[in-house]
Parts: sequence; structure tokens; C-alpha cells
Amino acid sequence: MIIEADGLTREFRVRDGRRRRLITAVDGLTVRIEPGEAVGYIGANGAGKSTTIKMLTGILVPTAGGVRTCGLRPVPDRRRLARQVGVVFGQRSQLWWDLPVRESFRILAAIHGLTRVAESDRTDELVERLELGNFLSVPVRQLSLGQRMRAEVAAALLHSPRLVILDEPTIGLDVLSKQRLREFLVSERHQHGTTLLLTTHDMGDVERLCNRILVIDHGRLAYDGDLPGLSRTVGAERVLVVDLAEPMPDLTGLDGARHLSSAAGGLRQRLAFDAEHTTAAKVLAAVSDKAEVLDLTVEEPDIEDVVRRIYAAGR
Amino acid sequence: MAETSRLRERFRPYRAVLASRARSQRAYRTSFALDMGGSVLVGLVELAEVWVLFRNVTALGGMHFNQILLVFGMADLTFSMADLSFGHLDTLPDYLRAGTLDAFYLRPQPILLQLITSDISLRRLARAAVGAAALGIGLVTAGVSWGPRTAALLPLALISGYATFAALFVWAAGLQFFLLDGAEMTNAFVYGGRYAATQPASVWSRPLKLVFGFFFPMAFTAYLPAVTMLGLPGPDWLPTWLGWCAPFAAVWSWLMGLLCWRWGLRHYQGGGG
Repeated sequence: MIIEADGLTREFRVRDGRRRRLITAVDGLTVRIEPGEAVGYIGANGAGKSTTIKMLTGILVPTAGGVRTCGLRPVPDRRRLARQVGVVFGQRSQLWWDLPVRESFRILAAIHGLTRVAESDRTDELVERLELGNFLSVPVRQLSLGQRMRAEVAAALLHSPRLVILDEPTIGLDVLSKQRLREFLVSERHQHGTTLLLTTHDMGDVERLCNRILVIDHGRLAYDGDLPGLSRTVGAERVLVVDLAEPMPDLTGLDGARHLSSAAGGLRQRLAFDAEHTTAAKVLAAVSDKAEVLDLTVEEPDIEDVVRRIYAAGR
Repeated sequence: MAETSRLRERFRPYRAVLASRARSQRAYRTSFALDMGGSVLVGLVELAEVWVLFRNVTALGGMHFNQILLVFGMADLTFSMADLSFGHLDTLPDYLRAGTLDAFYLRPQPILLQLITSDISLRRLARAAVGAAALGIGLVTAGVSWGPRTAALLPLALISGYATFAALFVWAAGLQFFLLDGAEMTNAFVYGGRYAATQPASVWSRPLKLVFGFFFPMAFTAYLPAVTMLGLPGPDWLPTWLGWCAPFAAVWSWLMGLLCWRWGLRHYQGGGG
């Protein structure tokens, strides 16, 4: 077992105007994660994701409950744990702002006590697979966001951790950078059997990277299972938006799709469909039978929306 | 031999950071030279302040100008060296506010040691040089009674003084976990302590003697060892032989500093996110 949490709870004392209030950020979280799993940890802002990560890595002391990460107690065994865990914070850099990327890697290798051989082998591997070669000698502050994130991921993985925790790794990245990063994480997992735990607001991350999903809401575990199961639970539908050549009456009665709304007198129509039972192509074909389609987009289910529905269903 | 190489390995991470910091500071030569020049100037202005004072009085707290130079030099040299290696602990509030302290938790090294070695302020060498010069002149001209005892006391006092000031920085850093924007308050004690250390403690009022004589043992960093070296009679509450107790003052300061630090670390709630 790589992560074991039993009734993990963390409260914060916050000042609310003049009164002091107690906020329960994580509320009795019980979960087990096996080595080699890839787990998406999702929830709305302030649901308790970051607090959980901080308790798993020994940054925060839990208020109640027990937790073991890589078989260690995170707070007392923090230093031993740090050798087995790599963490990437999407919005906070762990690199040295004014130092070249290469120098940051050297320092981190020294911090983790890698031998020179292990250091150069692993650095070469990461540089090649994350395509860092072009900017190794550039100071971190001059990197683009996409470059910086790849460097951050390499830095967190330099010591070949068993468990990699990524907090919003793709936030703000363009489509291509996201794609590259996901491909790297998939291959890293296949090659080294690394366990992944990632928080994200991007459903694409979850779909392409994770075989298990945990949904946290108001500090409590609201869902634990796979993605199709989640879609079934909340009925998360995708939406096909079509722009038509001519105004059309509402496209109702299509096979496998449900008309949601029309705009511009029927020039743009939104159709919901369930990815479990049909495909965007089939829906598009059905629409094309009735009207000429000029343009289309597919809207992914929004994580916030999924979480909201789980919350509504749980009441 | 194996012992030394183990030790080298142990400190490799810290050396790696420090070497790169030192390199990046020297990279901009003009800026570095200006920084150094500025630091020398500040040191000289503070020294001039003492000199101006002695244009008007011949003795202060039972000490002549040359004897005060000895106190000033010892205090300034040890403080500057502590500032050089521990002074950047005062950036802790920035880390706390930005939530970047988390990164230190994720590395397999003690957090205080990581913070101390996260930077080195080379320009403080300039201040240390002013202090060393004042100390040198003081030692030669103040009428120190030289002998093996004095020769032993000088390094003892310098090392203890350095440790005492360093502990003061650790103490102040520990408190930052509790005080949002508390750097102003703790700086009053850190820099106030430095100022107090350059003065003869004999002119202090009793409450001041309690605060900067014993609680923050600033009198032990320079004044008391100087009194012992010069063979002067100590003032009330501060007998001459206390100069030999500088190491105890350092140990006491570190106990207090580390206690504050541990307490602060426990209290850390993790910033942002």
C-alpha cells in the first residue's frame, strides 16, 4: 500500500472578522492507494485537495486520523519520505528562480544524495524525454510556462520517486504542452511503475492519465471509482455545439442526443450526448442528415459541474 | 579519511546551493562592487558615530575611545559574520506569504539548515572588514594586557559572539511563524541587539541590563570579554570574570532560538493553495 489514510482530518482556525471559526478542510478521509495506480483527485476549489496533499507529504500535521505514505509516517519521517516522493505544484515553483535549469538539477541531485552516475543517467533520461535540451542553460525566470512546467516535473522526478504527486500540473498550459506532459507521465508510469496522484480541473488529464478517480467535496470523499462509473453516477454528458448554414428549428428527436438550446434563431444549437452510448461522430452524422454543418465544437464535462452534481446527488 | 569524505558528502547539497548563490552575486560585478562599497560606508558611518561621541566626552561607561573600538570591533565583526551566514533568515516571511516554504519540506534535509544555506550575503563581508579593522586597532591601542589568557579569550569570545548573534536570527525567524508582518518587531531586537552590543553595558539602566545583558546576552558578545581582556572593573551585576562565560551565553541563545524555531515549525499551517 503506498497511501493509507484512516479518518484523516484537518481543521483550521481562521479569523472571520472579529470571531474565530473552525474550518474542517479535510473531514475523515479514508482511502487506500496501491503501488502503480494512477489516481485523479478532483474537487472544487477549497474542497480540501491541497490540504490532503500536504498531510500526505508531511507539510501539515493532521488534526485527527492516521496516515501512512510509502509506509512511513509523514511528519516524523518527513526526510525519509522525501526521498520516495516527488511533488509538483503547478502554481508554485520549486526551482531556483535565478539559476539555470541545469544548475537546479545539480543542486537537487546533491540534496537527494544521488551518486554522480545516477545523477547524470537520470538527468539525461529526463532531458531527453521531456525535451529540455534547448533551455538547460537558461535561468528559470526566463522560461515560458510550458518549459518551466516540464523542468518542474523533471526536478520532482530526478530522484526516481515511487510516488509522484502533481497539484494542477497542466494549469495554464496550451494544448500541445498538456499533451506532451501527459504522454511523458504515461510513459514514466509504464517504465518505472510510478504511482501517480494528481489534482486537476482538467477532465482531459483525468481521462488520459488516471485509472481511478477520487472526488472530494467539502473535505469528504464523495466518489471513489473509475471514470465511466463517475459518468454513470452523475450522468456527465458531453455537448456537441453545431453552427449550421441556415437557421433550423430545434433539432429534437435525434438518436442518442438531446437538444439543449438554440441561439441566433437556430443557427447555433447545443446537443447533449452520453459518451457511453454514442459518439460525437454519430451525433454529427445524424445532424448532417437534417442540415448543413459549418462548424462544430465538443464541450467536455466540466469538473466543477461533475462535482456539483455528485454533491446534489448525495443530499 | 573516511570520516572526512562522509562529512563532505553530508554537506554536498548545502555547498552546491551556496556556491551557486555566491557565483550569481559576483556575476554582476558593478552591482556587487557598489553593494560592497555601500556596506563599507554604512559601517564607517556607525564607527564615526562613536568617534563623534568621543569628541565631546573622554570616557563613556569607564571606557576610552580606543577601548570602545575594541568593543565595537568585536561586536561588529561577529554580528556581520552572523548576518552573512544567517541574516537571510529574515526572508522567511516572504516564503511564508508565498507558500514557498512547502518546497523545503519536500527535500530530505532539515528545514532550518536548508534555509540557512539557501543564500549567503557576500556584501556583508565589507561590514565584517570594518569591524575587523576596528578590532585590530582596538587590540593594539586599548592597552590589552597580553598573555596566554587573553590569547585564549579572544577566539573564544569571537566564536561565542558569532554563535550568539546567529541564534538571535534563528530566534527571530521562529517567531515569524506566529507574527504576520512581525519582522519589524523582531528586527528591533536583532538590530537593537547589535547596537547594544557595540556599547559599554556599564551605561545601561537595570531593565536594559536584564534584557540585553542576560535575556538576549548581547553584553557577552563584546563588552564583557573586552572588560576581562582590559582588566577593568565590571559594573553592577556584570563582574569582570563574566567575560569567560561568553560560551554559556551562546548556548543559552541557541537553546532559546531552537526552541522558538521548533515551536514555529509546529505551528506552520502551509501557505496558500
